[in-house]
Parts: sequence; C-alpha cells; structure tokens
Amino acid sequence: MNTVLLSIGVLLAVAMIGVAWLTIRATRIATAMLAAGLVSLFASVLFLFLAAPDVAMTEAAIGSGLTTFLFFFVLGRVRGGQS
Amino acid sequence: MGLLIDIIGGLLLVSGAAFLLFGSLGLLRMPDVFNRIQAGTKTTTLGTLLTLAGAACLQPAWGWKLLLIGVFLIFTNPVSAQVLANTAHRRGAQKTPLTKIDQLAEDQEGKA
Amino acid sequence: MVEVLIAIAGTLAGLAFLLALARFVRGPSRVDRVVAFDVLTVISITFIVLVALVENRGIYLDAALVYALLSFLGVIAIARYLEGRF
Repeated sequence: MNTVLLSIGVLLAVAMIGVAWLTIRATRIATAMLAAGLVSLFASVLFLFLAAPDVAMTEAAIGSGLTTFLFFFVLGRVRGGQS
Repeated sequence: MGLLIDIIGGLLLVSGAAFLLFGSLGLLRMPDVFNRIQAGTKTTTLGTLLTLAGAACLQPAWGWKLLLIGVFLIFTNPVSAQVLANTAHRRGAQKTPLTKIDQLAEDQEGKA
Repeated sequence: MVEVLIAIAGTLAGLAFLLALARFVRGPSRVDRVVAFDVLTVISITFIVLVALVENRGIYLDAALVYALLSFLGVIAIARYLEGRF
C-alpha cells in the first residue's frame, strides 16, 4: 500500500463522516436518502482498501444499489407519486 | 518492449484521471443543471474508459474483465444522463440566461 | 516509473473526488445532487481499478463490475421518483 492510496483511504473515511452528518441534517428526504447511499458507496470502497473484496461486493450490491432503489421505490408508492 | 507498453499504460491512466478532474471541475463551475449533467457525465465516461485501457495495458491478463466493465459503462452512463436531463426539463429546472435554443420545449409546444 | 504514474493518477482522481463532493454538499436542487452521486460512483470505479493495480489482485475488479451495472439502476429509480411516476 503506497502513500497516495493511504491518503485516499483517509479522505474516504473523513468524507464518510461528513456525508453521514449531512444525512441526519438534510431537510429534504430525497437528499437524506442520496447521502445514505453515498455513505454506503464510500464504505464499500474502504472495504476494498482493507483487502476484503467479497464484503465490498456485497456492500456495493445491497447497500449502495438495492437499498437506494428500494427507498425511492417505496417512497414514491407511499406518497402517491407526489414529491 | 514490455517497458514501453507499461509506460503507455501509465500515461493512459494519468490522462484518464486528468479527464476525471476536468469533469469534476466542470461539475462544480458550470452555471445550470443541464451544463452540469453534460460536463459531469460525458467527461467522466471518457476518463474512466481511458483508465480501464491503461489498466489493460499494465495487466493484459485482466483484459476481458476490463472490457466488460467498459462495455457496461458505455451502455449505462449516457442513458442515465439522458433520463436525468429529461427529468430536470420536465420539472422545469432553471436555465442559465445564456440559453438560446430549447428544442424539446418547441417540440412539446408543437404537439400540444 | 509506473508506480510514480499510478501515484499521479491517484492524486488527480482524489482531487476530482473532492470537487464532486463539494458539488454534492452545495448542490441547490436535487438533480444536482443526483449528478454528483453518479460522478462519485464513476470516480469510485477508478479508485477500485487503481487499488487492483497496486495490490496486483484481479478479483478486486468484480466490485467495479457491480458498480458499472448498479449506478444505472439507482439513477433510473431516483429519476422516476422525481418525476412522480412510481
């Protein structure tokens, strides 16, 4: 692991904390759900930096892809299409 | 010979990352939503394709997997950009005053 | 030589990551945030390829494959939600 990739990993971790803060402070629910998907994305790349490719793949498929899709699908159904 | 291909691959990696940087700069600096979609999507697609080509030069054994990633990227990224631009237009997003022509709105007026 | 070029590419991609993240935090409308989300996903694919090159393990690319497919699904779902067509 060289220095540049190590600093990218630190950058990803700090960005994760910032985006998680944005998730709980967002005023609109779509912004909060997007930020939650972004936390999941950063976590997946960080798992890959820590040499766990299977965990990273699961996190990418479930956390970042399926959860975001499901949140928006259910919210669209619940509100009857009004946003 | 091997060293030459390695250096070409490294230069492709650097140029791809530079395209990513320019795309993100456009995403930050452009004045309205449509320009941001344009800068953000086209440029980063080209940058990622160049990065994948550089990785294929550095590690020729991964060529098929990298080619598959590139093909998926070519198919999905422009489609999502088009859907997003269509959504922004339908929601009546704010256009910059420099906009001269809006052919989608003209088409919809013609149909209505 | 090649390691230096990979390090330069990593630095440029990290800067691109910071700029796209700034657009996500600032973005006035929700469509801006969706575009920033898409760009961040694409930049993550570059990060994954760089990590796979440095660690010299081809199995890491499978995560990039998943991202190349799934960012599309997420963006389509968000666009349909914003249009109110679910």
